[in-house]
Amino acid sequence: MKRIYVNEEWCLGCRLCEYNCAFANSGLKNMAQALKGKPIFPRIHVEDNGRVTYAVSCRHCDDPLCVKSCIAGAIRKENGVVKIDRDRCVGCFTCVLVCPYGALAADENGVMQKCELCLANACGAPACVKGCPNNAIVYEEREEEA
Amino acid sequence: MNRYVIVGNGVAAAACIEGIRSTDRSGEITVVSAENRPVYCRPLISYYLEGKTDLARMNYREESFYEENGCAVLYGRKAERIDPAAKTVFLDGGETLPYTRLCVAAGSSPFVPPFKGLDTVPETYSFMTLDDALSLERATETPRDVLIVGAGLIGLKCAEGLHARAKSITVCDLADRVLSSILDAEDAAAVQAKLEENGIRFFLGNSVAEFRGNTALMQNGETVTFDVLVLAVGVRANAALVKDAGGETGRGIVVDASMRTTLPDVYAAGDCAEGPDASVGFNRVLAILPNAWLQGYTAGVNMAGGGAALENAIPMNSIGFFGLHTMTAGCRTGQEEVEHTPNGYRRLYTENGYLKGFALIGETRRAGLYTSLIRDKVPLESIDFTLLKQAATSAAFSREKRKTMFGGAKHAD
Repeated sequence: MKRIYVNEEWCLGCRLCEYNCAFANSGLKNMAQALKGKPIFPRIHVEDNGRVTYAVSCRHCDDPLCVKSCIAGAIRKENGVVKIDRDRCVGCFTCVLVCPYGALAADENGVMQKCELCLANACGAPACVKGCPNNAIVYEEREEEA
Repeated sequence: MNRYVIVGNGVAAAACIEGIRSTDRSGEITVVSAENRPVYCRPLISYYLEGKTDLARMNYREESFYEENGCAVLYGRKAERIDPAAKTVFLDGGETLPYTRLCVAAGSSPFVPPFKGLDTVPETYSFMTLDDALSLERATETPRDVLIVGAGLIGLKCAEGLHARAKSITVCDLADRVLSSILDAEDAAAVQAKLEENGIRFFLGNSVAEFRGNTALMQNGETVTFDVLVLAVGVRANAALVKDAGGETGRGIVVDASMRTTLPDVYAAGDCAEGPDASVGFNRVLAILPNAWLQGYTAGVNMAGGGAALENAIPMNSIGFFGLHTMTAGCRTGQEEVEHTPNGYRRLYTENGYLKGFALIGETRRAGLYTSLIRDKVPLESIDFTLLKQAATSAAFSREKRKTMFGGAKHAD
């Protein structure tokens, strides 16, 4: 299945992926209306150690600890995509405690959210990848390395 | 054909079913469920009282779960003893269930110390089951004064759950701080302050000397009057089935990393089990939902003839009160280092070049990065730990590790 992969050498640290993510998941048609003057809560975030930058979002693990750990049974893996039922989430943050990638974070209301590859929103494929100006994140099918 | 019997019907039991079925599609599975309902999200009972969830959303699995997995569930029944030689479970009412392999996932029960005058209290409650939560919901249909004995995880989540419903909430504990099993004095003070900000009153280092009806006489001579008493002093693993049959038990049923007890073909998982804790290197009861699932699944796979082992179980808790999130994991041994951030602080414990444990108060972003260092026993010399102390970022990991984690994009030019 197609997944998002990262090439940190190519990342400019521009954070466009964060804005495109927040916009794609806003449900709004106008980017300015969705994002301007508001704090954003993207499902991807840019890591930065002063030397390299790169974007991190859910890895849709083969063995997802978040799914096993969710106290509300709100996180499931369906067709290769780890999804969260935000209506069931009670905001306990256990998934944040266990995710080895730091890929889950709360929205402005304390409800957890995560990358679901934009498959369920109007974008249809990862908006972060579509908007990346330097191919620092790609969405492709490849054989998983062990 | 294999006949699997599971005693208990919580998350560990559900995971055990899933583990069995990952390996054996045809064996018979019988579940003995003391509670009269399908598996539900037990840790949500406080969120239910708070109105953050409802009964429909508390189901842990779909309604069709047992049927799809070919399980017979005996609701409202109790396993009274097992005969490991005859490989038989004896149920209340005299019925017997033969098994090829048995999993005891019987959970834990509230422990009630012998308080003087407890029998004079008109209304006492525990806070372990959904039925307990429903009883407390009815008991607080009109706002009343609540006294909770026990400032541990159960007592405090109960306090938060009842906060909007109760006229007043008082919590007492013999320990000198809240959440004494996981927090040190400074962390506990921050959590207590948050609860006090929200009107919850505490008597710590001070428990009830005697009950007289709706009055508690405290050890320090003060009195607390209440309508509703919740006893949340502690829990005990339901280990008797295995203990009485001659199996090894400590604070729970002793299991190895494969979830085998010392009795042949008997496994245990969840809050009743005392399994390996990778953070300390010996067995401990790890009564948290993630370990219930992991232990249950491991037991199930092995019951069905697979070769699963749970080698990296550690204690870990994420617990929030009124928006203040607190996380702990592993153990607090070795060198302590504290890093303050605008959100709160992180307390990390390192020993012999490994992260052993942490406490995060308020500052919980990407906490799983730290948890994974403990679980996976990552040598700190292989990462930029100085950076990781300042910020929870995988950029502190080595380039090779990052490449494994995130793929390393192959470029199509």
